[in-house]
Amino acid sequence: MTDPRVLPVAAQARPRATIRVDLKAIAEMIEPGTRVLDIGCGDGALLDYLAHEKRVDARGIEISQAGVNACVAQGLSVVQGDADTDLKDYPTGGFDYAILSQTLQATSDPKAVVGELVRIARRAIVSFPNFGVWHVRLKLLLGGRMPVTDTLSAAWYETPNIHLCTIDDFVDLCGTLGVSIEKAMVLDSQGRPRSLAAPGRLANLLGEQGLFVLRRRG
Amino acid sequence: MSASPRIAAVDTTAPGFPGRRFEIPASAPLRLDSGVELGPVTVAYQSYGTLNADKSNAVLVCHALTGDQFVADHHPVTGKPGWWETIIGPGKLLDTERYFVICANVLGGCMGSTGPKDTNPSTGKPWGLEFPVITIGDMVKAQARLIDHLGIEKLFCVIGGSMGGMQVLEWVSAYPERVFAAVPVATSYRHSAQNIAFHEVGRQAIMADPDWHGGAYQLAGVTPHRGLAVARMAAHITYLSETALHRKFGRRLQNRAQLSYGFDADFQVESYLRHQGSTFVDRFDANSYLYITRAMDYFDLQAEHGGSLAEAFTGTKTRFCVVSFTSDWLFPTSESRALVHALNAAAANVSFVEIVSDKGHDAFLLDEPEFHSVLGGFLNGAAEHRGLKFG
Repeated sequence: MTDPRVLPVAAQARPRATIRVDLKAIAEMIEPGTRVLDIGCGDGALLDYLAHEKRVDARGIEISQAGVNACVAQGLSVVQGDADTDLKDYPTGGFDYAILSQTLQATSDPKAVVGELVRIARRAIVSFPNFGVWHVRLKLLLGGRMPVTDTLSAAWYETPNIHLCTIDDFVDLCGTLGVSIEKAMVLDSQGRPRSLAAPGRLANLLGEQGLFVLRRRG
Repeated sequence: MSASPRIAAVDTTAPGFPGRRFEIPASAPLRLDSGVELGPVTVAYQSYGTLNADKSNAVLVCHALTGDQFVADHHPVTGKPGWWETIIGPGKLLDTERYFVICANVLGGCMGSTGPKDTNPSTGKPWGLEFPVITIGDMVKAQARLIDHLGIEKLFCVIGGSMGGMQVLEWVSAYPERVFAAVPVATSYRHSAQNIAFHEVGRQAIMADPDWHGGAYQLAGVTPHRGLAVARMAAHITYLSETALHRKFGRRLQNRAQLSYGFDADFQVESYLRHQGSTFVDRFDANSYLYITRAMDYFDLQAEHGGSLAEAFTGTKTRFCVVSFTSDWLFPTSESRALVHALNAAAANVSFVEIVSDKGHDAFLLDEPEFHSVLGGFLNGAAEHRGLKFG
């Protein structure tokens, strides 16, 4: 039998000082010591960073079992679950922040998901690839084929991204849902925040990703 | 199956029977869920490692239906290694150089804790069916008295699989301030109709054995070993999976080249089950089997909380790690998922993993590296949050 003391690399506590730039941008919006739910937390990079760098009570939901197991093996509180079906279980206002990073476009009912995010948390932080960015538009216009980019790297027949939208579309959805946009920014292809006042026509044209802080109105 | 009659399996009261004992005095009896007051009550337990100065490193392990307190040392009857020695011991996942690990035989059991084979002080005869029906809650009450006795205010962790997992959930629900971390494995918040049905088959097998004598077999000087063996055989099937059974035995024949055209154990799987049944009766009491299966059947944390399972965990500060196994059809993942949904609704700090395994319910006892890696990570994370320092 294997020596139970020898845990896989992922199981060894190793606070991450560095994380992906777009996750860093999200982390910077989070007040220390708060309660955070990261939906679609993947391998737990953001959760781990928040738990160790900001002493946050960090919880996660991840759809892939391998991702969940890797997270729990490094001491993070993560459950296997689905943004579309499992958010309804959470109590209203149970979290300070609900984070949905690069996941909205893969949900089957993004409208309901955004509604749930602002219900369960005081603030929702949502990022997604912007289908309105100029080179995507150009690819479709000139190539006549579904655009494949760095952020949208899968072919149309195998992409998990079934509900792509543009920054303007998302702003409209927030309006429909009666959700306040507290902060909006765009990220470039490296995930770095760009100093553009989003939402706006220029943001929709130049932003690789949209990053929004939302809260329920009233 | 052996046809030789067997007298009472194990005399746990004999001098020299190993392990520790704690007595709940008759002056402060256990108040059972049935309303009966029971005392004195003996709690037989094992402990491993050392309790630290601030008593913050105690781990309570809860055993399953046919388990016992010998979780990490050799069994005094079978001579086999402890049932969770794969993860408990010096330098292991539940490192007894770090943690003070306690495991108690459940109330109603037959390895030293008070149960139906013991003497009823008011009659001087074995309790038999006069023993009061006990619940998972009663088992946990008895354990809590032991933990009081050991001077431990808050357990670092309560962990257990199957019926042990039920006790974990009962602990958190009944004593929310006394459990820092909880690991319910391959378990449920309530026994399902299918599980009750299997238990009923087992009980009926025992009660159909003429040697059962209405539960008074000790007075008759016999044991209902055939009934108990059949109960064990039926139950054992539910602990495995079709895949695991087929891989282990297929349709292979036992010590013969062709079918016997009779009812001997032609197939290896038959021989295996008969062996499981006949060895079980050497270490387990038939009436204990009736009482403990009943306790599991009665367990329903949801019903106890007005139909809302989340109410069982309201305001909980415990860190949970819920674990299920893909091929466990006795306590399937869907039950764990329902538990996790309730914990989420209670805003509990919860991790939930489903481990891919084809070994069925018994997977929790076996060498499952991914389970162990997840469990290790959870315990290390919890220890960090608890501020446990290991030298």
